[in-house]
Order: sequence, then structure tokens, then C-alpha cells
Amino acid sequence: MGNDTVIGLEIHVQLLTKTKIFCNCSTDYFDQEPNSHTCPVCLGLPGSLPVLNKKAVDFAILTALALNCHINESNIFHRKNYFYPDLPKAYQISQFDRPLAENGFLEIRTEKSAESRNIRINRAHMEEDAGKLIHLERDGKTSSSLVDYNRSGIPLLEIVTEPDIQSSEEAIVFLQTLRSIVQYLGVCDGNLERGSMRCDANISIRNKENGELGTKTELKNMNSFRAIRQALDFEITRQRRLIEQGGKVLQETRRWDESSGKTVFMRSKEEALDYRYFPEPDLLPLFISQSWIESIENNIPELPDERKERFMKDYKLPHYDANRLVEVKPLGDYFERAAKNYNNYKQLANWILGELLCYLGQENIDIDKSPITPVALIELLELIDRGVISGKIAKNIFEEMFKTGQSAALLVEKSGSTQISNKEEIDDIIEKVVRDNCETVQDYISGKEKAIHFLVGQVMRYTKGRAQPDMVLSLLRERIDKT
Amino acid sequence: MPLNELSVVDYLNKMNNREISAEQVLKDIFNQIDRIDKTVKSYLYLNKEEALSEAKKIDQKIKNNDIPPLAGLPVAINDNICTGGMETTAASRILKGFIPPYDATVIKRIKDAGGIIIGKTNLDEFAMGISNENSAFQITLNPWDRTRVPGGASGGSAAAVAADETLIALGTDTGGSVRLPASFCGISAIKPTYGRISRYGVIGCASSLEQIGIMGKGIKDLAILMNVISGYDELDSTSSHISTPDFLLSCREGINNLKFGIPKEFFSQDLDRGVKEKVIDSINRISQLGGKIEEVSLPNMEYALPAYSIIAMAEASSNLAKFDGISYGLRIEDSGDLEEMYLKTRGSGFGAEVIRRILLGTYVLTSNHYEDYYLKAQKIRSLIKKDFENVFKKFDLLIGPASPVPPFKLGEKEDEPLAQILAEIYTSPVNMAGLPAISINCGFTEKERLPVGLQIIGPPFQEEKILRVAYNLEQELKEINSVKPDLSF
Ligand SMILES: [Zn+2]
Repeated sequence: MGNDTVIGLEIHVQLLTKTKIFCNCSTDYFDQEPNSHTCPVCLGLPGSLPVLNKKAVDFAILTALALNCHINESNIFHRKNYFYPDLPKAYQISQFDRPLAENGFLEIRTEKSAESRNIRINRAHMEEDAGKLIHLERDGKTSSSLVDYNRSGIPLLEIVTEPDIQSSEEAIVFLQTLRSIVQYLGVCDGNLERGSMRCDANISIRNKENGELGTKTELKNMNSFRAIRQALDFEITRQRRLIEQGGKVLQETRRWDESSGKTVFMRSKEEALDYRYFPEPDLLPLFISQSWIESIENNIPELPDERKERFMKDYKLPHYDANRLVEVKPLGDYFERAAKNYNNYKQLANWILGELLCYLGQENIDIDKSPITPVALIELLELIDRGVISGKIAKNIFEEMFKTGQSAALLVEKSGSTQISNKEEIDDIIEKVVRDNCETVQDYISGKEKAIHFLVGQVMRYTKGRAQPDMVLSLLRERIDKT
Repeated sequence: MPLNELSVVDYLNKMNNREISAEQVLKDIFNQIDRIDKTVKSYLYLNKEEALSEAKKIDQKIKNNDIPPLAGLPVAINDNICTGGMETTAASRILKGFIPPYDATVIKRIKDAGGIIIGKTNLDEFAMGISNENSAFQITLNPWDRTRVPGGASGGSAAAVAADETLIALGTDTGGSVRLPASFCGISAIKPTYGRISRYGVIGCASSLEQIGIMGKGIKDLAILMNVISGYDELDSTSSHISTPDFLLSCREGINNLKFGIPKEFFSQDLDRGVKEKVIDSINRISQLGGKIEEVSLPNMEYALPAYSIIAMAEASSNLAKFDGISYGLRIEDSGDLEEMYLKTRGSGFGAEVIRRILLGTYVLTSNHYEDYYLKAQKIRSLIKKDFENVFKKFDLLIGPASPVPPFKLGEKEDEPLAQILAEIYTSPVNMAGLPAISINCGFTEKERLPVGLQIIGPPFQEEKILRVAYNLEQELKEINSVKPDLSF
């Protein structure tokens, strides 16, 4: 019996403003000395007051517009009250019943389906991030906890979807599409591992016969696409089995446990906190005028879909290549930087999507930190185009470039792997191959056209691949025709 | 005359004429404090050494003809306003030993203008109270009658001014916390319009209600400090962009033809007869000075106090949640369990009144009760604002008592949680509407010779008019006000 999976996502997107949402501290907190990016405001010291960073509002509006949301003119910030050591004021300044944006949608297309689908966005609201706890362990137990407030006050946009998502695959595609968009907007780097984009999910099963929606569980602590997919799949299966066996899904919050590969119970509905929301009296209501919205609307940068179309048109790339290149903005940027001075676009795309991504993936390096720069890559590709090296050798050179950061020209020279374009040198080898393979030569002469390929292969073997196959072929024909 | 008895006006005149030095004045102030503060207990912290060295620097500057606007003026600060490098406790055990790493905006402005912070004054814990008896550390006495309270919450500042332990002081006013103690201690205090003075650095309790107030010996003194600390602050989103006039200039004009409304709700049965007499006497004087007097009604005033309490407690419950023992202030832990640390730290760090208000405030904000309490209180708040708006269409100012009662005996109202709030019956509606108001001493009750405060309330950002009337009245009452408390103990 085919019951439907129903998934809704809540995504926290860290906005890449220079300063925090309510103070002037730098947001460049990752890998910094703990508590070095703090002030009385983001430490919640007595007497400090929040002042809204307008740039964070700009970024939030920009994102909401790209998600086709309606921007509310009158915005109110609320306090969400709860105790936790990473929350210095013991309340989070957030938005409640008057969020920044509502009623949007995001179009997604999974690899399987031919049609694209709209996932509705319920709302998007602004809030501040909390600090981070660091637990010190002794004998396998937490001995003490430290708190780092560098992240406290980083602006967040929380995006809440309607329960429109029907599978883990769709959830991943939604998140990839969203990540791609925020990267293009320049409002977030979309890094799940670092937590600049974080995702919680609500999951339930709908009974296909009576259309009734089952009880939902909330899933937390998924820090990568892989974890999200595994967690969702696990939870979907868990709920389906439970229902099939006549059990009941309980409304609860569950945590993805990476090590065991399971979702585990965190807290029940009864334990859910009453956040005692009320309007933040230290901030005035925020009015977003039509002209403010328009000024941002007029400056929406090129989005992934538009870029894909452009790549297909300007660079004559096939849909698959264009799609993959634009998905991660820095990858598209890398391609374009290279394409500025190189016009064998298809070859360029092949190398980026093939070798480059493969090596970067193995070493877990971001494209914008690639040891091979676009300039270095096209230098290598030009050596191939000019026939200086073969494609096969280029792959070896590429590996060396990736490891050492040295230029293609230098490595080619060092390894002596330049193609032999010197006719006399090849003539000697051809002479030897023709003499040693009389039978094959005879086969060729008697009309077996294919036999010549064997001879070419022999020549290539002697030259260790340094000869240009086309040249070898024509020289061989010449030599045999003479006899 | 000892220099600690000077008004701010006289101080600045004498400094400008090189008749006195800042150091001399400070010495007289600290002598007075040494002599009487064991008894009066106005101060929680004295900044003696630093203040004296600052005074010397300013005296040197003045010798070089560089006279800063406040010329070394000594100012006492309520201990819920953050002073960088100086312990700031809000009179709570939970903040004992807390030294802020920064100055509140008002402190910065006073220092920049050449004022000197001489110490931190006592208050009801987190400004919650009307008597100063809720301070975790000491009970300040009323200089006029040491068996009575100085009023609260800013009672330490009021007593310090009344007892010549400073020339002027800052307090905070959430529901009457500068006007009530001013009334009890026979001095003047202004609570400006919400947004007139930056709240940055005030240890907040009820963010939407509280304003910094100035407490002094004379109306012009208040105007002088208003000039220095008023005005927009980019660190406080609720501070207003409205420009700051020269408040001192407003004291020059008469009050002829101004229209005064007398809210009949301010003369209800709660009002003490002795207080009423003095207030009516002052209203008559204003009338004689040319003011037009008429009775008015603020129909929703009877709901003001409960609505005020709900909002104040709700905001306080959230504002005080940050005192959790994590990164500053008191922490009590013995089990290593987070929950237990929270409970013990907060349970023993806060006093009874604070805990009572946090509990009630938490209750009214829970999702089940939000609509019945908090939301209703906000609706009443709008009605009260509207009431004031309506009367200010016809009247320049409103006049009434600041407190329904004269200062009461120590311990008298300790066990009456309701009385704590009832004393603010005439002052808290003003905070609900964010209006400016002043309390000025208008005499002493016939029977017990206790000070009585007259309250003058104005429309938003009309402090000039309030100061103008208060100054004219002050001149009329000069003789009555020339009496000083007997501090020869
Ligand atoms: Zn900060």
C-alpha cells in the first residue's frame, strides 16, 4: 500500500553581512580565537541594546524575493525566551507572527522527473544566531563545557517550507537549489558542514486511502547533504514500518546520530518549551517601504537558471554540463574565468567537471581554493590543443600540477614528455616497427585497413606515448606505400 | 556655606568666576558622605580617588582657560546604570562584583562634558520597589525623617541630593522611580519623554517604560544636565532623532495663558489629605501666576495600574533572564548540573520582590495566558495614550500629585506587595504613555512636616514647557523650600 511521504523543511541561512545583526562585531568568526569577535551587545551584558543592521535586512529581502515571497511592509521583532548557555540574553531576537516574508515558492527539478515542481515557502523570518558550546571530555564523559560567543548575533534567515516535499531525493534537490540561489545572491556561502546553512525537517506519512496525515516528527542535527538524505530515509522507513505494524508515530523531536546511522529520541511534544514570545521592546517596528523592496529587486544578480541558459547559448555547452557548472557558483565562476582566455569550451568543461572536480573531491578542497587556477588549467589545455602533449599525458601532468602547484609548461619540460614532432626521430622507430612486423604490414597491403592501427600502437609504445598518433599514422602509410 | 550645598547653577557660576575649585567641592562632598552616609546609606560605591584625580585634572584645564561645560560637576549615579570600571550591581546579589567593561551613553556624555562620577547610589533591587527596602545591600533612610523611607526605586540618588552628598544625580524611572523618591525627599526630578535620553547602559527591567531621570536641588539644575545627556544615540534604537533644545532657556519665560488640566482621577480617595492640601495650594499659585486651570478626566486611568504591572513584569521576566550565572555575576554550582546551577544561582541571587515579579511576568507571557494578560494590557496602554492625547489637544500641561502619600515608615509596607505598586498610581500612567513629567517639592504636610511633590505632565517632547512652569513655581515657593533637613547627627 503506497502511503505518501510528507516532508517540510526549516532552513537557517547565515547571512554574509560584514557585521553582526545587532552590533558592529565582525561576522568572520570561523576558526577564530574564541570570544574574540564579541562586544557588550552580542555577549548580552547588562545594559546593552540591539541596533538592527540594515544590510541584514537587505540580504533577507533579496533572498525572500528570489524565493518569490511577499515581503511584509510592517515587521516586528519578537523575543523567543529560553535558557541555554549559548544564548547570552536568555532570549533570541527573532520574528513571530509578523515575519519578513511569506507565501513564496521554489521551483525544483529532480533528475528522475521530467517535470519541475514548485515547493511552497510558508515564511522567511530574520533572527540572530546563538553562540557555540564546546564540551571538554575526560574519561569519555563531559568534564566541562566552554562557550564561544563569536557566532552569537550572526544574522540568520529562517526559511520554512510547506510540507510539499515527497522524498529525501526531493529534499536534497530543494536544498541544493536553495544553496545555489543564496550563493548566487551572495548572501550565504551555503556551507552545510560549517553550519552556514542548517536544515531541520518535519516528516510524516500520509495514508493514501483516506488522505489522512500522520503524526509528524521533527529531525535535527543533520550536517551534510549525505546526513540529510540518510536521516530522512531512515526516518521515513521507521515511520512506515511503525504504521505497517499497527504502531503509532509519536509527536517528538529526534536527532540524527551519525555514528549509529539512526534517528534517536530527543524530546517529546510535552517537553516542548513555551517560548513566551512577545514583541522586542528594545527595537522599533521595522517598516519596509515599496521603494526599499524595489531598490533591491532591481539589483537581483543573475541566478543559476539564467546562468545555465547563458552557458548553453554563449559557450554552446550541452544542458548537462551547463547545469553542473552553474550549480555551485564558484564552479561557474571558475569556468568563466578560464573561458575568458580560452575558447575550446567543451574541452574546458570536460576537464573541470572531470579531472578537477575529482581531485578536489578526493582532497575535500573547495573550488575557490583549487591549487590549479583557471589560468594554469588553460595553459595545460593549450598544450594539448597545440599537440605538444597528448590527452593521456596531460592527465599525468594535471595530477602533478594539483600536487605541486607548478605550471604545466614547467612539468612537461621536466618530465621530457613533450610529443615527438621531430620527423627523423619517428622515422627511425617506424623503420624498426615495419621491419619487425612484416606479417602485419602484408595484411595491410592486402587490404586489411585495420592492421595499420596495430602498427600505430607499436610506434606509440616505443615512444612511450610521446608521438602524435595522427602524425604516426600518416608517416606509417607513407613508409609502407613506398615499399 | 559648605560647597557641597551648592546648586549646579551656583557651582558653574563660581567655577567660571574661578571662585572655587572642583577639588574643593569634591572634598566637601566626600566629607559630608564620610560624616552622614553611615546613617543615611545613600551610596553603594564611592569613586573617591578617581573622582579627586579627575577634579585636579579639570582644575588644571580651567587654569589654562579650557572650561568644559560641566566644569568638574560632581554627579551621583544610580547603581543600575553601567559605569565602566566601576562596580555596577543594580542593588542585587546576582550582580555583586560585576564591573561593566563600558560606560552607559549618559555616563560617557557627562564625562565628555567634564562632569565627574562620584559614586553609585542605592536603589530597590533592579529598580523594583517604592521604598529602597528591596535593595539587597542596605536600606537608605529619608534625610527628612530617618524613621521613614526615601522612596524608590531611585531612593539612594534622592537621599544623596537631599542630604547634600552630591550636587545632582541620575536615576531611572519605570513607573515613577525618580518622581516618587524626589517627592519623598523634597527635591526635584524630571523623567523626560521616552526616547529623549539614551537607555544604552541602563540595566533594563521594563524596556518600554523606563527612562533615565535627573534628580536635583533646583529646576535649572535639571535643565543643565538635560542639555548634556539628551539626544539621539545610535546605540539605542528607541532613542529619538528629535533635536535637543537649550532647556535652560525655557526657564526664562512666564506661564501666562498656559492651560492646565487637573485630572480628577488624580484626586481620588487614595490621595492623602495632607498631600492634597499642598498640591491644591500649588495649583492656586499657578493660577495666580496667570495659568488657566480646569478639571479634566482621563477615563481609563483606573485600569492603568494593573496594565502597567503586567507589562513591567512581563518585560522584567525576560530582561532578567540573562542573569543565569553563565558568563558574569553570581554563580552557585555544586553538582555540575546545568539546570540546578540555574535554579540555585537565580533562586539565591534575586530577592523576594524580584522573584515575585519574574514569576508573574513569566506567567502572563505563557502562550495560554498571553492574550488574557499581556495583550489586554497593551490594549489598555493604547487607551491610556489616547486619553492623554485627547486632553493635550486642549491643555498645555496636566498637574497633580506625584505620590498619593507622603513618605511612609520603614517596614510599614514591606508585607504588602500591592502597596508597592499603589504608590505609583499617579506616576506609572505617564510611563505607559511615554510622556515627560516632573516632580517638584511644593511644601510639607501640616502635621508631620513631610515633603510633598507636585507632578507636572506634558505632551511628548514638551519638557521645555514643563521646566518653564516648574521654574516659575519654584520661584514662588522659594521661602518654603529654603528649609533643609536636619542632618546634625
Ligand atoms: Zn558584538
